[in-house]
Amino acid sequence: MKYIDEFRDGEVAQSIAGKIAHSVQGDRRYSFMEFCGGHTHAISRYGLSDLLPQNVRMVHGPGCPVCVLPIGRVDMAIHLALQQNVILCTYGDTLRVPASNGLSLMKAKARGGDIRMVYSTLDALRLARENPQRQVVFFAIGFETTTPPTALAIQQAQLEQLSNFSVLCCHVLTPAAISQILESPEVRQWGTVPIDGFIGPAHVSTVIGSRPYEFFAEEYRKPVVIAGFEPLDVMQAILMLVRQVNEGRAEVENEFSRAVTREGNLKAQERVAEVFELRREFEWRGLGLVPYSALQIREKYAAFDAERRFHLEYQSVPDNKACECGAILRGVKRPQDCKIFGTVCTPENPIGSCMVSSEGACAAHYSYGRYKDMN
Amino acid sequence: MADVKRGYVRPLDLKNGRVDLTHGSGGRAMVQLISELFAHHLGNEYLGQGNDGAVLPAPMLDGKPARLVMSTDSHVVSPLFFPGGDIGCLSVHGTVNDVAVMGATPLYLAAGFILEEGFALSELARIVESMAAAARSAGVPVVTGDTKVVERGKGDGVFITTTAVGVLPEGLELGGSRARPGDVVLVSGSMGDHGVAIMSQRENLSFDAPIVSDTAALNGLIAAMLATGADIRCLRDPTRGGLAATLNEIAGQSGVGMMLKESAIPVKPVVAAACELLGLDPLNVANEGKLIAICASADAPMLLAAMRAHPLGQDAALIGEVSFDTHHFVQLSTAFGGRRIVDWLASDQLPRIC
Repeated sequence: MKYIDEFRDGEVAQSIAGKIAHSVQGDRRYSFMEFCGGHTHAISRYGLSDLLPQNVRMVHGPGCPVCVLPIGRVDMAIHLALQQNVILCTYGDTLRVPASNGLSLMKAKARGGDIRMVYSTLDALRLARENPQRQVVFFAIGFETTTPPTALAIQQAQLEQLSNFSVLCCHVLTPAAISQILESPEVRQWGTVPIDGFIGPAHVSTVIGSRPYEFFAEEYRKPVVIAGFEPLDVMQAILMLVRQVNEGRAEVENEFSRAVTREGNLKAQERVAEVFELRREFEWRGLGLVPYSALQIREKYAAFDAERRFHLEYQSVPDNKACECGAILRGVKRPQDCKIFGTVCTPENPIGSCMVSSEGACAAHYSYGRYKDMN
Repeated sequence: MADVKRGYVRPLDLKNGRVDLTHGSGGRAMVQLISELFAHHLGNEYLGQGNDGAVLPAPMLDGKPARLVMSTDSHVVSPLFFPGGDIGCLSVHGTVNDVAVMGATPLYLAAGFILEEGFALSELARIVESMAAAARSAGVPVVTGDTKVVERGKGDGVFITTTAVGVLPEGLELGGSRARPGDVVLVSGSMGDHGVAIMSQRENLSFDAPIVSDTAALNGLIAAMLATGADIRCLRDPTRGGLAATLNEIAGQSGVGMMLKESAIPVKPVVAAACELLGLDPLNVANEGKLIAICASADAPMLLAAMRAHPLGQDAALIGEVSFDTHHFVQLSTAFGGRRIVDWLASDQLPRIC
């Protein structure tokens, strides 16, 4: 595959690995958080940690859209499908996220809920057009990457007066989550989670640009390197982070310059701003209630807001007590530190959300790396 | 004496007709469907016996009664027609392959059809024709069958269950528990073609180069492989769950591990690109015309040469070896230089969101 294979070249990887090994200082430990699930997946899928020196450790961050979705939000979607008889459509991985009463959207489907997997918001709009007598709700999840298509869908629905279409908006914001991690006592006060720098999001940054991260570099003195999702991108970003740490710099650098600019995609940002506004607070799995960390639909488009249309009230539901997803999402624990990892909680029967998507830290470690725990 | 005319029965309307409940009622309409469609295309001396079961000669091999191998498979594919095939030929290939990978020569097929009321007879005819062609080319006749019709909404057009019987020579023992550390793993060609062809059809994705299912009967290729006399431990066709599921199954049954080399596993560029787009791993995607062979490493060159000489094995490759591993992990050294597990999946692959 042209333009992709170039970023998966084993020889180049070896050469960057050599440079990293050469650059790290022996008496120093380097801990970097890759924010995005896409990076977590690439690291596990290509076995990147085998190419890194012993004293470079990658900490998985919370940037996996389905992992941070709290139980209460999935419950809302299940309620719509089972009690309100709507056609509920959403993106693939979301179907398996565990919810209350042992349900998930997949299991709600087996109980008669009309739940459809879609590849794009266009499919959701098509369903609404094809089923004028039914209510069609798009369960919108994800970070800034998936937000612009939802905004466009809402505007399109208004244009076409598709009155049976609405959106259950659960879009969340990356910078707010990074702040929350940096402000956590484990990082800020106790230092139990050493974070020497961040690999910044790839696709998210194509939309929001590199500018929002400048605050973290300045305020918290943490280097950020924005990187693509290909394995060579990640290797190169790690090398750039090691160099920043060695030189005592804390800057935003852009490894993913083939797609990310400082300003980002202004058109997309404009559409998002037209349709959405900040939510006062939003519960994240793992991070708890985070102020101004998510979006809601503006008054102007209220007619397409499923929360208003169906009078939905958010009910917070605590995670399973034994599940360590919260600590794992904050980088405090590793998947293998969780008591139920790989025993009670497996991809077949995920207890926590990190075991659902292959971007989730637990599923990635289980599917690709668990042999390392068993020697 | 009354002059009774021979009853005229209007032939099935194979152009515009549809399956209705009478076609499954056991009456004349069903007999007509069977004779004009199924027997017409699939007919042979055994099916022609017209009884509830086919009477078959006891299979002999080298003058002795042979061991029988039997396998059954239900086919519920959607869409029914896809690039490179349809449910008809698939239902022949799938079951013939299940018998053939045991080392047996498939001899006979039985076919059960579950038809949904309202299904177009023209489409059913296409499916049966394709089935007949597949059975002919594999050399395995359909000798008995069954037809049922379910009410509209209670089926998905057509479901086909096929059962195959074959004979296995004395002394030939292939099985998933026979892999030993040091053996090598061969595949007969590119991985993931069938699953991606189905999925791109289902999701209405079009690519510059068409993605075509690899559905094919492997008994010819397998006969050529067995003829080499190579020490083959196990043959499998990596259908649902793909290469990953099949190798994990063998690793578990044999109590061994495996170490694969990513760069050696053949995947067509267009399939790789589609998987990239859909967020899938080709190693988890179904194949319907490929096999995995585990054999003694000394015999690998000979076996590979025989595979490559056959049209269905041109892209055969050695992709890894069997290792000692008490955890029975199938591992992969990535083209990137790292290592990872090749796990089987909890369920269908779902696209990632990020």
